[in-house]
Amino acid sequence: MSPEAAHAPARVKFDVEAVRREFPILDERIHDQALVYLDNANTTQKPTSVLETLDEFYRHQNANIHRATHLLSERATAAYEGARAKIARFIGARETGEIVLTKGCTDSLNLVAQSFARPRLKAGDEILVTWLEHHSNIVPWQLIAQITGAKLHVVPIDERGDLTLEDFEKHLTGRTKIVSVTHISNALGTILPVREIVELAHDRGIPTIVDGAQSAAHLPVDVQAIGCDFFAFSSHKMYGPTGSGALYGKRRWLDEMPPCQGGGDMISTVSFEESTWAPVPHKFEAGTPNIAGVVGFGAAVDFLRRFDLDEVAAHEHDLLEYGTARLAEVPGLRIIGTAARKSGVLSFVMDGIHPHDIGTVLDQAGVAIRTGQHCAQPVMDRYGIPATARISFGIYNTRADVDAAIGPLHDVRKLFG
Amino acid sequence: MDLRELYQDVILDHHKKPRNRREMPEASAKASGHNPLCGDRVSVFVKMDGDVLQDVSFVGTGCAISQASASMMTDCLKGHTRAEIERVASAFQQLVTDEHASMPEGDDLVEKLEAFAGVREFPSRVKCASLAWHALRAALDQPGDTVSTE
Repeated sequence: MSPEAAHAPARVKFDVEAVRREFPILDERIHDQALVYLDNANTTQKPTSVLETLDEFYRHQNANIHRATHLLSERATAAYEGARAKIARFIGARETGEIVLTKGCTDSLNLVAQSFARPRLKAGDEILVTWLEHHSNIVPWQLIAQITGAKLHVVPIDERGDLTLEDFEKHLTGRTKIVSVTHISNALGTILPVREIVELAHDRGIPTIVDGAQSAAHLPVDVQAIGCDFFAFSSHKMYGPTGSGALYGKRRWLDEMPPCQGGGDMISTVSFEESTWAPVPHKFEAGTPNIAGVVGFGAAVDFLRRFDLDEVAAHEHDLLEYGTARLAEVPGLRIIGTAARKSGVLSFVMDGIHPHDIGTVLDQAGVAIRTGQHCAQPVMDRYGIPATARISFGIYNTRADVDAAIGPLHDVRKLFG
Repeated sequence: MDLRELYQDVILDHHKKPRNRREMPEASAKASGHNPLCGDRVSVFVKMDGDVLQDVSFVGTGCAISQASASMMTDCLKGHTRAEIERVASAFQQLVTDEHASMPEGDDLVEKLEAFAGVREFPSRVKCASLAWHALRAALDQPGDTVSTE
């Protein structure tokens, strides 16, 4: 890659109105009303720079990568590898080769489970997760637990949807072989102290994985500071395209891990007797990848790098506090998840009213929220509720967006109360 | 689309005062439906007397549409034969999915359910409306099965 490719874009002061102008979808009309998009933990909208990068790629750079001598292939390869370098820089990887490009965070977690954890586990070993995990940080471990005889062990959460380091430490045993925790709970917004959790695990020689799906676009992430062995994240939750994501892994682990899929582009030599693998990270990237998606992911990272993510986090925290106060005005509404350290997620229920009905009423007012179990059924079970309604903030949201949700919530009360 | 076309008075009434919402220990069959996307759950109990649905009830949790649908379904089908139930269930499925569906004129059984016609304007809610009906069919086919709308 060229040094320019990973060069940081010029920093700009965060200005939410300027940011909003970069997202054309915010001009969309929903049921004849202005779109108010409050479903960012589900997926985020895309800025013009990402849309133009995708268009530019298909118009002027499209070819397969790493495979041909023609100029277009060189352009495509440079764009793809350039994106990898940007992503590596964004999360503080030591080297570009520590970034494996995947289909998304789920794909990344499955890759670690199958390729890193599975060969290290035997019957009776424990994989430690928390009660806050998304299904994608539960089910991949269950799949390898079935094969290896290892057990999934879960650190409980308290009524606020939080856990203390003391609680966590109690669940680290001599049998714990893998620790895999979410950075931010998608269902409740709880921010876990991942640096301290990693330290506790490393004190005992246990490798750690952090699910960063909900954090990478909402607070500054530095994998060196966290110290984790792996960090998984998705482009589409970071204002980039769907179908693209990454797994950061420490080089020494990636070097020793066997590939999980075989095919083109991941090999060094192939004969019918034996094949040898391409070096890290390519040995994990069999087949033609989502090239445009990765290039768009790089553009999304460029978009985010223009801002001081501490400023963005402060903006989203202001929305969280404002939203928490405004939701309290709605009779019979209860917020689920009240941890001391929270990201911009407001999960709530209303007495006697199912979240699905809340979602439909808000949608008619142009307000998009998520309703359901948020792929976190154990969290719902913990509170004895079937589902929640969830408001989740992104970089372009404003206090006016919060206000737009409050009127319809009073309508919900009138309609079903 | 006005919200009240979806949430018609009769639907809100059944949601607030569900009919036949009870366990049935003497049931001849029971089946449960679950929508894993939103967490709606409905269990339907049936008691057959030969070919006739002598009693039908449900329990469950879910949105207004799923619970009102279960309530109205039990209300309207009690005392009818398997063939009649099959006819109404098919008509209902068409009603909530097909915008060109025209309900048979003068069919009292089906007419009552026309309040659910608004559901087809809300594709994400069709599964809510259908859940109890899937469970009922499963209960009538073979006891003890869990059906999913996924």
